[in-house]
Amino acid sequence: MALRLIKTSTFRLTALYMAAFALSVSLILLYIYVNTVVLFERQVEAGIDAEVASLVESYDQGGLAGLVETIRRRGDYSGDNFYLLTDFFGHRIVGNLNSLPVKALGKRGWLEFPYLVATANGFDRRQIRAFRTPLDRGFSLLVGRDVQTRRDFGYLIKRMQFSAIMLVIVFGLGGGLLMSRNFLKRINAISRTMRRTMAGDLSGRVPVGGSGGELDRLADDLNRMLARIERLMTGMKEISSNITHDLKTPLTRLRARVETALARGDSATYRRALKHTLEEADRILHIFDALLLIDRAQFGGLKDNVCDIDVGVLVDELRDLFAPLVEDAGGALNCRVERGLGLRANRQLLAQALTNLLDNALKYGVASSCPPVIEIAAHRHNDTVIISVADQGPGIAASQREHVLKRFVRLTPGRSKPGNGLGLSLVKAVAACHGGSLRLTDNNPGLRVELVLALNKIGR
Amino acid sequence: MRILVVEDDAQAARYLIEGLSQSGHVADHVGDGEQGIEAARDGLHDVLIIDRMLPGIDGLAVVETLRREGIATPVLILSALGDVDDKVDGLRAGGDDYLPKPYAFVELLARVESLARRKTPAETKTRLVVGPLEMDLLSRSVRRARREIVLQPREFGLLEYLMKNAGRVVTRTMLLEKLWDYHFDPQTNVIDVHISRLRAKIDKGFDEPLLHTVRGAGYMLRAPEPKM
Repeated sequence: MALRLIKTSTFRLTALYMAAFALSVSLILLYIYVNTVVLFERQVEAGIDAEVASLVESYDQGGLAGLVETIRRRGDYSGDNFYLLTDFFGHRIVGNLNSLPVKALGKRGWLEFPYLVATANGFDRRQIRAFRTPLDRGFSLLVGRDVQTRRDFGYLIKRMQFSAIMLVIVFGLGGGLLMSRNFLKRINAISRTMRRTMAGDLSGRVPVGGSGGELDRLADDLNRMLARIERLMTGMKEISSNITHDLKTPLTRLRARVETALARGDSATYRRALKHTLEEADRILHIFDALLLIDRAQFGGLKDNVCDIDVGVLVDELRDLFAPLVEDAGGALNCRVERGLGLRANRQLLAQALTNLLDNALKYGVASSCPPVIEIAAHRHNDTVIISVADQGPGIAASQREHVLKRFVRLTPGRSKPGNGLGLSLVKAVAACHGGSLRLTDNNPGLRVELVLALNKIGR
Repeated sequence: MRILVVEDDAQAARYLIEGLSQSGHVADHVGDGEQGIEAARDGLHDVLIIDRMLPGIDGLAVVETLRREGIATPVLILSALGDVDDKVDGLRAGGDDYLPKPYAFVELLARVESLARRKTPAETKTRLVVGPLEMDLLSRSVRRARREIVLQPREFGLLEYLMKNAGRVVTRTMLLEKLWDYHFDPQTNVIDVHISRLRAKIDKGFDEPLLHTVRGAGYMLRAPEPKM
């Protein structure tokens, strides 16, 4: 678990961020250090330099007595400033230091030494920075300053730097682990669902937190994908069971006919049986094609053969194709099409759907003893194009209209008219795959089938 | 006519070759795409029949390769994928015609013979003649034995296609594809009605019919046998 936590991208990101943060904190503290401690040090040295110069000058002008006087005066009221004038042997002549510190023996220039100050509870050890310069005749002058306070400040900043980095590391790692744990929990939930899905259970869904964050968005998308997969899989199962069922019936019939013919055994029977077999095979193949097409339209959507279609042109083509057939039956095919209506659609599928509707109108939409009167119309309704095919036949009762869209449903009993009960199912699937819908309404008398599709303005 | 069949299924290939030979054609057979390309490069064949799903190089790639090499022999693609979209893919790849499996042999034969005719550069003709029937493509007029026949635009297109394929079987689906660009089987006798109207205009009142129905296949426009 811990290893997995450390391997998460959140943890790595946090760690990286923390490292960058620690670096910037140290840089800031370094900057402060340089600008305070180092500057102080320089100021101290400059002050000492100036004082040494003025004391040397006073020695040159006023001799030893003048110098002793000046040092005594200055040394009396200064807490942080230290002076010491020594003779050739290093013995104190004057100054507020009792003796020459060990470290200063035989040295010149800059030096540092500790210095003990008596306090209420013992001694306080302080650091002094000083400059020792020789005068003539063996005399030597030392001027120093107490730099302990400044040193302490320097140490403080260094300690702060160290502890800041430590804090950043501790909190960074801790926060990173905590955040990764939360993240990992969500991810684990998602991958559990995915594994369940892979194992075949398509009902699982990824939990959505409700905060609307990016993980929720991802979870939402995943859920939508899962829902679609489930729908597709259900569709596939439905397809295969439908195909099995619907093709078994004619195949059984086919088999029975061949069997009977073989039992009879004269060449005329064989011939007749073969002819029937061929016809039946063609019928089965057509059912097969129709089912595949319906399923593809329903579940596969449209591929890339979508183009701009002028509805008027399409209806004209269909009228051209069907008018002779209707006229031969003594009827009339009327067209009522608003011009300039455009669609984006798969032309073949749409034409096939409308062909099915016209074919249905001719086959089933004829009242007894009346010639067929069929109307194909198209008009615009808001942002949709409604293409309708209407007949004046017996119509379909309102209660049956949902039912008749299902596969293999035929309302005419028996096999009085050719057909496989897939025509309207295909029309419905075509409407659906174009994002449209199919409506069956009353034509008073007769049936009106309306295909409602999204309008696409024709560029003019 | 010499036809190359590129088909990996031996049984399907035998069925095809037998049928083509019985119809008076010479058929060669190869079993995969590579041999298909080799054989087609010789340029001996009038039509290539190529199965879409072949081992190795698939059918569409074979057609694309041939077209890239400038080999323009007409190609009929055969496929178990019978969708309109699949058909469009096949034609885009450079195929001249596409027939979904399973097919009726007469349909295949009609299409192959129609494809072979396309090879001859006679498309620019402005006048078509079949026996006593004459069609002027510029003035869009039709005469039979000097008698003017008035046709609707669709009927004119129908007759033009039949005349260009005179002496050969033209199937209902070929007509539907050619005249309406509909690549599906409408499962009705729409085309038959169009044909019977056309027949009423060109054959009615004449002794010799020109437009014949070929049972189980389609139609054929044919000049009458010269009388001995």
